[in-house]
Amino acid sequence: MALLLTDDEKMLQESAEGFFADKAPVSQLRALRDERDATGFSKALWANMAEMGFTGVLVPEDQDGVDMGFMAAGLIAEQMGRNLSASPFLSTSVLAVTALKQAGAEHAAKLLPQIVNGKILIALAVDEAGKHDPDNIALTARPSGNGFKLSGKKSMVVDGHKADQIIVAARTDEGLTLFIVPGDAGGLETERTIMVDSRNAARMVFDDVEVTGEQVLGDVGKGADMLNTVLNAGRAVLAAEMLGASAQVFELTNEYLKERKQFGRIIGEFQALQHRLAHLYCEIELARTSVLAALTALDNNPKSAGPFVSMAKAKLGSVAKLAALESVQLHGGMGMTDELDIGLYLKRIRVAQELFGDSDYHIAKLNK
Amino acid sequence: MSDLEQFRGETREWLEANCPAQMRTPMNRETDACWGGRNWVFQSEDQKIWLERMAAKGWTAPSWPKEYGGAGLSRAEAKILGQEMKRIGARPALLSFGIWMLGPALLKFGSDAQKMRYLPEICRGEIRWCQGYSEPNAGSDLASLATKCEDISDSGGDHFLVNGSKVWTSYADESDWIFCLVRTDASGKKHHGISFVLFDMQSEGVSTKPIKLISGRSPFCETFFDDVKVPKENLVGERDKGWSIAKYLLTHEREMIGDSGNLKPVAQMVAEMGITPDAGLQAKITELTIDEWAFSQTMSRMLAEAKAGASLGAKSSMLKYYGTELNKRRYEVMMDAAGTDGLEWESERSNDGDLARKWLRTKGNSIEGGTSEIQLNIIAKHILQLPGA
Repeated sequence: MALLLTDDEKMLQESAEGFFADKAPVSQLRALRDERDATGFSKALWANMAEMGFTGVLVPEDQDGVDMGFMAAGLIAEQMGRNLSASPFLSTSVLAVTALKQAGAEHAAKLLPQIVNGKILIALAVDEAGKHDPDNIALTARPSGNGFKLSGKKSMVVDGHKADQIIVAARTDEGLTLFIVPGDAGGLETERTIMVDSRNAARMVFDDVEVTGEQVLGDVGKGADMLNTVLNAGRAVLAAEMLGASAQVFELTNEYLKERKQFGRIIGEFQALQHRLAHLYCEIELARTSVLAALTALDNNPKSAGPFVSMAKAKLGSVAKLAALESVQLHGGMGMTDELDIGLYLKRIRVAQELFGDSDYHIAKLNK
Repeated sequence: MSDLEQFRGETREWLEANCPAQMRTPMNRETDACWGGRNWVFQSEDQKIWLERMAAKGWTAPSWPKEYGGAGLSRAEAKILGQEMKRIGARPALLSFGIWMLGPALLKFGSDAQKMRYLPEICRGEIRWCQGYSEPNAGSDLASLATKCEDISDSGGDHFLVNGSKVWTSYADESDWIFCLVRTDASGKKHHGISFVLFDMQSEGVSTKPIKLISGRSPFCETFFDDVKVPKENLVGERDKGWSIAKYLLTHEREMIGDSGNLKPVAQMVAEMGITPDAGLQAKITELTIDEWAFSQTMSRMLAEAKAGASLGAKSSMLKYYGTELNKRRYEVMMDAAGTDGLEWESERSNDGDLARKWLRTKGNSIEGGTSEIQLNIIAKHILQLPGA
């Protein structure tokens, strides 16, 4: 693995870089937060992302997508991380697309083109408690007539409050099964939860929500492997997003050390600070490599990419945290202010670090 | 079949036919591979044959030009050769500071006559080199070195006269020649007035004294020069401008020291010890495994990103810093894993305290070749462009 980008990927990287800096800079997230926006992301941005082809980056060409693979999805996410751009890219274009691609021709044909053109949002409901634990899902699907009834609860359903459809991981007698349920299904109660990063998630309570056999994605009892692939796609893309966020706070901090004066000197002259930033530089380089390697592994074979994805998610979990913490400290009092963007990065990194497994989770997973 | 695939096929075939069976067994000691030179005593006929065959092929320094004893391989071909040797567990045919350090500097800065004279015998393992860099008062602040090198032409000589001392000279007591930084002008700024000279360690006035380390071993020496005569033709590059050669060579050295690409993963070493880690230890091992993986992949990525043949520049400091700190962490975890068995110092069972001695030796990794702090200084100055660094 040389881990070098192809010319197509470099072009995509450049266009994503310009696009998010222009259309979704940090000020956009700040405005959404301050206005207590009901959607939590800019609909105009999502429409623009559809025009750019970003929404369909993982969708096959015969379903209107551009099918550029996980590396490309990661490059887009990295730029979103740099700008803290809020959008349903992770939920809809990565998680839902990866699920639907494994769900059988009918679901894919019906939903993928609508994802590409930005018409529908789909969220993934997997976690049920504070810590990520997809091996112990409690929400049950009991057989009922020709279908099932879903009962239980979900939390941290990213974009769940605005999703047209929810992909739900549920336990059946045959094993884990993925269902697709309309966001307004009877018996489904959704509470929007505004998180520390000012983005949206939802808590959901399923009270005998009725679903038919047609709402099963793939086969009954065969959801665990599908879900694993979906989660790995999400983890790698989150790692890429954290890489972008880390690189951005690192650069902001590097610039700050060249400007700020104390004791009559530029503080970047102080060796104690130089060494902290130089160490962070090294860690971010290793983090970049792990993200590239995980995305490459997913593109090569999603079924065998698990260990690489876990290594990257664990590495980014710790490096992005280090980047955020060092950036706050090296900015001094300014790093504690809401006025500066550093705090927004610290908050987003904390969420991305936790989502779909923190470093401890992935180290434990690798140990098995 | 692509040219590279064909090269791989031919290489595999040649290695199968030419690498003696004994040279495919793991190394337990540094001397299990040949270090070359006038005083080298081959441990076995196989060790000798292996060196001769590899040298004849130009594969002891595979990427050097053929005219100087190399094989003129591209970076991709050299990498394949490395992979194929690793595949059959082949020991290196020759371990050599001449190949790793002096050679690249001579190829860039040496005269044609110097290249012809020294490089082929380095490739054949006939000459063993040591490096005269650090001095008692010039460690991290290397450019303040003071070993005096005088031009005595005025008094009728055709040589320089060298006086002073070096320290941390690796294997000075076993080496044939030294490449040495000396002070030819002390009147200006410290980076000016340094010259790069080569001389025979058997010259009159050269003496060495081994330094015993905490590992109980003595890979380094103090080296003393007392009116040593050095022929003027042994000056490499321009007089007083040796600092750029010194820095170039250090960059190579850093890439080499930082290279943990061939190190056995800590998880494998622990497994070979027959230890079943508890949960706490297992978590530490996995964390290290992630960094070992990320580091070796970073190494390949950076080499692939650098234009063919180009140096990594300041990025080599990153590899040196991270690679050596990583290696220290690896040995701390291995000591944790081994428990009291790893503390044994003298016994056949412990291969003479092999683990403990290696653990102690790694403490020097982040000091030799420029300390971790010096590497961070270089990163701060050249990559982060911070002021006054």
